[in-house]
Amino acid sequence: MAVTRDSMVKGFDKRPFFGALSGFDWLFAALVLAGAGYVLYRYGAVMDVYEIIILSGVAPAVIAQGWHWKAVRAMLLAVALLSLSAVWIYGASLDAAQTSFLLKFLISSQSAIMWMSVLFVMATVTYFGALFLRSDFAGHVASAFTWSAAAMGLTGMLVRWRESYLIHVDYGHIPVSNLYEVFVLFSVITALLYLYYEGRYQTRALGGFVLLIISAAVGFVLWYTFDRGASGIAPLVPALKSYWMKIHVPANFIGYGSFSIAAMVGVAYLLRERAGRMNPQGLFATRMPALDVLDDVMYKAITFGFGFFTVATVLGALWAAEAWGGYWSWDPKETWALIVLLNYAAWLHMRFSKGWRGRPMAWWAVAGLFVTLFAFLGVNMFLSGLHSYGSL
Amino acid sequence: MTTPARPRRTAGAILLEFLGSMNLAITLLVAVAFSSVIGTILKQNEPYQNYILEFGPFWFEVYKSLGLYDVYSAAWFLVIMTFLITSTSVCVYRNGPRMLRDMRAYREDTAERSLRAFHNKAEWSFAHTPDVLREVVMRHLLSYGYRLRVKQHDDHTVVAAMKGAANRLGYLGTHIGVVVVCVGALLDGNLPLKFAELTGKVRVETRQLPSTEVPAISRLSADTASFRGLVTIPEGATVNYVGLKLRDGILLQELPFQVKVADFRIEQYDNGQPKSFESDLVIYDGEGQVPQKQTISVNHPWFYKGYAIYIVSFSDGGSKLKLQAWPLAGAAPVQTLQGEVGKSLKLAGASGPRTIEFGDFRLYNVKPAPAGSGKQFQDIGPNFTFKLRDESGVALEYENYMQPQEHEGRWYLVSGVRDNPDAEFTYLRIPVDTAGGIGRFMRFRAALLDAQKVRMAVQKTVQEPMTAGLAPDPRMQQALTALLEKLLAQFNAGGFETVTEFVQQSLPQEQRAETARLYVEFLHQTLRELYDGAAAGEGGSITQADHSRFFDDAVNALGVLRDYGSPWFLQLADFQHIEAAVLQVTHAPGKSIVYTGFGLLIMGVFIMFYLPQRRVWALLRQEGGMTRVVFAGSTNRDSLGFAKDFAELHTGLEARLRAL
Ligand code: HEM
Repeated sequence: MAVTRDSMVKGFDKRPFFGALSGFDWLFAALVLAGAGYVLYRYGAVMDVYEIIILSGVAPAVIAQGWHWKAVRAMLLAVALLSLSAVWIYGASLDAAQTSFLLKFLISSQSAIMWMSVLFVMATVTYFGALFLRSDFAGHVASAFTWSAAAMGLTGMLVRWRESYLIHVDYGHIPVSNLYEVFVLFSVITALLYLYYEGRYQTRALGGFVLLIISAAVGFVLWYTFDRGASGIAPLVPALKSYWMKIHVPANFIGYGSFSIAAMVGVAYLLRERAGRMNPQGLFATRMPALDVLDDVMYKAITFGFGFFTVATVLGALWAAEAWGGYWSWDPKETWALIVLLNYAAWLHMRFSKGWRGRPMAWWAVAGLFVTLFAFLGVNMFLSGLHSYGSL
Repeated sequence: MTTPARPRRTAGAILLEFLGSMNLAITLLVAVAFSSVIGTILKQNEPYQNYILEFGPFWFEVYKSLGLYDVYSAAWFLVIMTFLITSTSVCVYRNGPRMLRDMRAYREDTAERSLRAFHNKAEWSFAHTPDVLREVVMRHLLSYGYRLRVKQHDDHTVVAAMKGAANRLGYLGTHIGVVVVCVGALLDGNLPLKFAELTGKVRVETRQLPSTEVPAISRLSADTASFRGLVTIPEGATVNYVGLKLRDGILLQELPFQVKVADFRIEQYDNGQPKSFESDLVIYDGEGQVPQKQTISVNHPWFYKGYAIYIVSFSDGGSKLKLQAWPLAGAAPVQTLQGEVGKSLKLAGASGPRTIEFGDFRLYNVKPAPAGSGKQFQDIGPNFTFKLRDESGVALEYENYMQPQEHEGRWYLVSGVRDNPDAEFTYLRIPVDTAGGIGRFMRFRAALLDAQKVRMAVQKTVQEPMTAGLAPDPRMQQALTALLEKLLAQFNAGGFETVTEFVQQSLPQEQRAETARLYVEFLHQTLRELYDGAAAGEGGSITQADHSRFFDDAVNALGVLRDYGSPWFLQLADFQHIEAAVLQVTHAPGKSIVYTGFGLLIMGVFIMFYLPQRRVWALLRQEGGMTRVVFAGSTNRDSLGFAKDFAELHTGLEARLRAL
């Protein structure tokens, strides 16, 4: 046949990728690039080469993310606006936190994280309300709460990053270094992952289930703040002073967040499945997504988590090779990361190759949460090892 | 006649099938996960003594024979791991060729019947010729990024399209990656060492020996393939070995070069927490080689010829301490001592000889600053710790600060004491005089033991107008003198506590309160008399109020000396700070293999998940004047996503075909 590919495709073009981008997309990209450029210009001199590489990777990733998932753009811009306002009001000293109304009640990191907590709890209640009252409006409100909570949480983290430098330049570090900080990270990441699925699958019925686990994390943050005074910013121990922390920890939490979502969708699956058998006309059977959709969300969440958890574990090994003198030490945290991976690898093989679906896989996903939870928290609480910071 | 035998499978084929089976794979994945848990729950490679204490002798032996104290190199664990590697390799071996073929196979021969059986399918009839329709189908699929093969069959045409062929590479990357990681890690593991131990070529040294005295059987030569060991090197010292901690002892691993710690530095945050520590190293590598220098710090090791040198921690490397031993028991001269951290020395004292064991020296001690100082933290200067052991082996632990410390507006030399490591220190505070030393306090203390000075002070007290009124006649004066001397002796023996005991024993209940108050007043008077004598002629301008405060503090300090428990007050006069870097040296030749495996694994996983293989077929068959089009698709992952995309694909195609 004498047709070349080029001549054949003419007139059959799918929407070209770049042409499909809106003005807002381009504005968003420009703002992200400008922000990253400004950071490089302003702080480039004190960043090491790896940090520059990380920043150079993060900016395009954020742009790609915003183009792929349009809803996130507005939130990211709001977060940028809020955190820059906080940075601007602070100026060069923390004192403003006492005098500025805005900081004191809204966007100092403590206040922002408190708002995040409140909003997440409200979102949980509203999602369930929407499900039980069959109210689409309530569903919209719940989504709005979740978006706002994630925005406040992210703002809280970014402002905290700045605050750590204001306490003392020596103290400055990305806030992913202790249990308090990573719980906030966990809440935000899990919420964002959930919101993505919510948009993709056009269903709000799962919101309550996923938000339940975020609310539990929020409960922990509150207890940790008020009972243990854990919200203070402490300087880093030398072992944590590394660019590796900036990528290893977030990668881990994308994994934890995904696995948590998978487990909560598993719970929803089991309830939906039971409702389908016992009460096919009831609320659950009619309002919840179909079983194969639930199964699909669960699978997608596990694969996504598996990918990122693999990356995180490998990054951890590379970091360990630099900080502890070996890429693998059978340290409890390391070992539990492996256990988590092996567990989900078995799950994936079971599903993919044996074609298992349905209830057993949902139960297994729920059980997986306990394995994950132990890797995340149990190790810190019950076992000691090289990862001994962040102990309870 | 023989019936054709079913092809008999060889034992090898059956074994291969078993090893490559999914059931085995899943079982092994779960088994490794479960076994790994053990090593995290049970602390690994502790001295055996700890396990015996924890489990008792019976269970200790049981667990030991199961290898639970070093699970990850226990034979059974390695067997499971080997099975997992073998199973994965066999899996790749069996599936790999098929998958590689599959990447290039478009399956143009798929039958119409099969296409109809697909979940995603559509079927139309059009009046156009197959050639025209085929053209549109091809263009449509190309515009969606599919790659095509067209095959003209006898009575029909098949357009076979595929996307994501690389998905199969994902499978290969993931599974080969796992195998490669395990193989690399095995190379770096301590299997050869375990083997050498089993065959008796190597024995763990359980005694505490200097490195030079470790016997050859506990030494590993410098050409060991892989190891990971620790060594503590004081500033200025050079070593050519590291220690490998193994269960209840060590092995000495020799290095092919010598490492010198030229300098060690530590930086602190304002709250005293270490911010970074770093060390200047020099490597001497054989005759005629120029020494190499590099500075290492946490997270920044030195990679030298396949060896990696890390700074793990730091400790005192034997700081030299010059001390003044002021006597606190009996009358004795001040002695000057030379101590060294980590060493001990013997000293004869009033209550028998004691061994001083120097524990640690700290140059900085950052504490929260007092309120109102405008700072959050302050450094209160060097201190050192030591244990004082008597002949029966009982020891008290001390912590002495070099510089005077402020406490409620006044200044003291401070020493803490405790009788067990878990207790808090209780502090002895000796007031410092105008010269900043403890001379005046010590003169006061010496005066208390000086019979002549005591007699004169007592005399003076007895003749004071107030006392004189109480004891008008010589007989009573004599009794009072005797009493005061007695009280003073009691005070010397154990401070006010002993005085109170004495009062309680010697006075009837009803007089106690009133008389005791008087006694204490007399005693105070006499002590003050002695103090004034000790403080006289010091020069400078000291107010009366200063004297009174100093006197009170001194009396308080003297009052608790018995509990302090040391015959001396060791004042740090001078020091030479020597630090030691704790280094870790590792050799892991499998590292680059492991990293390659990591790369394959990650690439593989993402390709497998996010580049699903999708196949679409269009089968065109002329029937009568019409052409029938069977359009079907399948995928190996993400069937819901594909169903959506397929719907778009086929509605789009249908629209185009109808528009012809
Ligand atoms: C530690 C070991 C292993 C890991 C981490 C691993 C990981 C994975 C992952 C992540 C998938 C993708 C699953 C999905 O897309 O749902 C997969 C697929 C698969 N695995 Fe494994 N696996 C391991 C061992 C094995 C073994 C021992 C076998 C041999 C029986 C095996 C056979 C397969 C097969 C046949 C597939 C499907 C591939 C395809 O058709 O695309 N895996 N593996």
